[in-house]
Amino acid sequence: MKLKLIASISASLLMARWRQTLVAAIGVTFSITMFIALLSFMGGLNKLLDGLVVNRTPHVRIYKEVKPTLVQPIDKGANFAESYNFVHSVKPKNERLDVLNSAAIIKALKQDKRVMGVAPKVITQVYYNVGSVDLMGVINGIDVEAEAKLFTFSDYVIAGNYIDLKNTPNSIVLGKGVAEKMLVQVGDIIQITSSKGQMVNLKVVGIFQSGLQEIDKVNSYSSLHTAQKIMGESNSFLTDIQVKLNDINLAPEMAKEFQALYGVDAIDIQTANSQFETGSFIRTLISYVVGITLLIVAGFGIYNILNMMIYEKMDSIAILKATGFSGVDVNRIFISIALSIGLFGGILGLIFGFGLSAIIGQIPFNTSALPTVKTYPIEYNLYFYLVAIVFSTVTTYFAGYLPARKASKIDPVVIIRGK
Amino acid sequence: MENIILEAKGINKYFHDPNTIQVLNNISFSVQKGEFVSVTGKSGCGKSTLLYILSTMDTDYEGELKIHNLLMRDKSEAELARVRNEEIGFVFQFHYLLNEFNVIKNVMLPGLKLGKYTEQEVEHNALEKLKILGIESEALKLPNQLSGGQKQRVAIARALINNPLLIMGDEPTGNLDKKNSELVFDIFQELAESYQQSLLIVTHDQEFASRTQRTIVMEDGKIIADSKN
Repeated sequence: MKLKLIASISASLLMARWRQTLVAAIGVTFSITMFIALLSFMGGLNKLLDGLVVNRTPHVRIYKEVKPTLVQPIDKGANFAESYNFVHSVKPKNERLDVLNSAAIIKALKQDKRVMGVAPKVITQVYYNVGSVDLMGVINGIDVEAEAKLFTFSDYVIAGNYIDLKNTPNSIVLGKGVAEKMLVQVGDIIQITSSKGQMVNLKVVGIFQSGLQEIDKVNSYSSLHTAQKIMGESNSFLTDIQVKLNDINLAPEMAKEFQALYGVDAIDIQTANSQFETGSFIRTLISYVVGITLLIVAGFGIYNILNMMIYEKMDSIAILKATGFSGVDVNRIFISIALSIGLFGGILGLIFGFGLSAIIGQIPFNTSALPTVKTYPIEYNLYFYLVAIVFSTVTTYFAGYLPARKASKIDPVVIIRGK
Repeated sequence: MENIILEAKGINKYFHDPNTIQVLNNISFSVQKGEFVSVTGKSGCGKSTLLYILSTMDTDYEGELKIHNLLMRDKSEAELARVRNEEIGFVFQFHYLLNEFNVIKNVMLPGLKLGKYTEQEVEHNALEKLKILGIESEALKLPNQLSGGQKQRVAIARALINNPLLIMGDEPTGNLDKKNSELVFDIFQELAESYQQSLLIVTHDQEFASRTQRTIVMEDGKIIADSKN
């Protein structure tokens, strides 16, 4: 009953100044619209850029690093335990380049509940033979299905079918840059020379474009088995085990764990690509700052209009107080005016923001670096809308707070006697 | 003496700006149920100041004010608002109607605030009050469509809506012409006689004062005469 009364008084005060109210609401609408559009666009952009590297990067990569032994024999001697030991010109041992005991590691990883999937990989240096010229290159031997599932491999194959890599023996998916240099197309046969001097003929079943030119100029993909054959190794030879986790935030911790558990080298995505996270963070921060600034400006508009309204409605406030409305009631009336401007403007802003981001999402955006992207990227995220409506309500509440307090403190005697 | 509805005891009031001046000096009197009292005196004698203290809107005073035998001194702002809402009806020199609401809603507002009755009941009561004042036909008009006398009658209806213990008026006829003043006075008189409504009216109109049941005359912040007419 009481709420209804306060609401009806607020509503009629609002309607009495509906033009100003509308202007205030439009201010909120505008800022919420921009806020939503900005965040959706930035979010889309972040996802796109993250996708460029992060989606294709394993959360934890297990590999074997060629490096000198950390602990030298002299360190183990009891006589020298208390000393500083200097050994100059330490060289790495001649070791195998593959991850030892890879089959057991993969089996254990697949049973780990934190792990979403495992994709083994063989990386080998090769030369692409083009007539009399040899081009430096890298062949990634992959488990085609796992790679497609975990690292969206199929998205980057722009010609041919990625699954042919698995089905056709001795096949290769060439990087776009490599294919251009070699002037080959899908279906052609190319010749490569392995790092051990062996010549191999491979059939081109696809061409991929990652969006990073340096990668496309050098890299190619083949099946695990083909790569192992090129290297002349057995089919248990793996240089990398790529692990994708259910929760990316566990990566640093799990990388350490794998390192200790399996006696291998492991690197997490955060360490390997820290610059991407920083970039995403800064972009998000900027969009929030701009959005909140817009809202605060809108808040000042509401503050002004409420202040004006209070000066105009002094008499009404005085008589309300004289006839038994307390300061709290008057306060609530003005707070609810502010909140309804905020809510009304905010909800309209959400709708317009959705519309604007949808429009941005239709604008063509063609870039040779990103084969899968045809329009500007937009991220539709309910979270942005929630944040926007909460911000608009909170800002308008604070904008209304001071005027409402002023109204509640109006002394009716002063107003009535002043007449 | 059980019928005392308002009692003031030794009320002093000072204005501090720019110098401390005593505007009310040891005012003591009481109002009985059903009395029609007028307070009169020259401009600046403190009669309006007294009224605002009695109305609980002004809380900066010394002395004791009891309404319905309850001391007003210790009550909070919200409690005082409740007292004004329930026990006191106001009529001012200026009508103070809310232009955003129509006549009937203006009358209903204090009743809705009280929340004792449903909206339908309050609306019914408001129509009753308008009928007593002879302006029920204007119920759906906006205040700025009414004449001065009609507005003042709406204000009286608003004062009556919660069946208050006491109606207070601050120069209720001050802004009205002879004819309308007469009309308002007749309404007050009828309320006092037919409905046993207590009224406390501040006026500088000697003729108005002399026709009420009891007149309190003030001068320089003191009561100098208190007599039945």
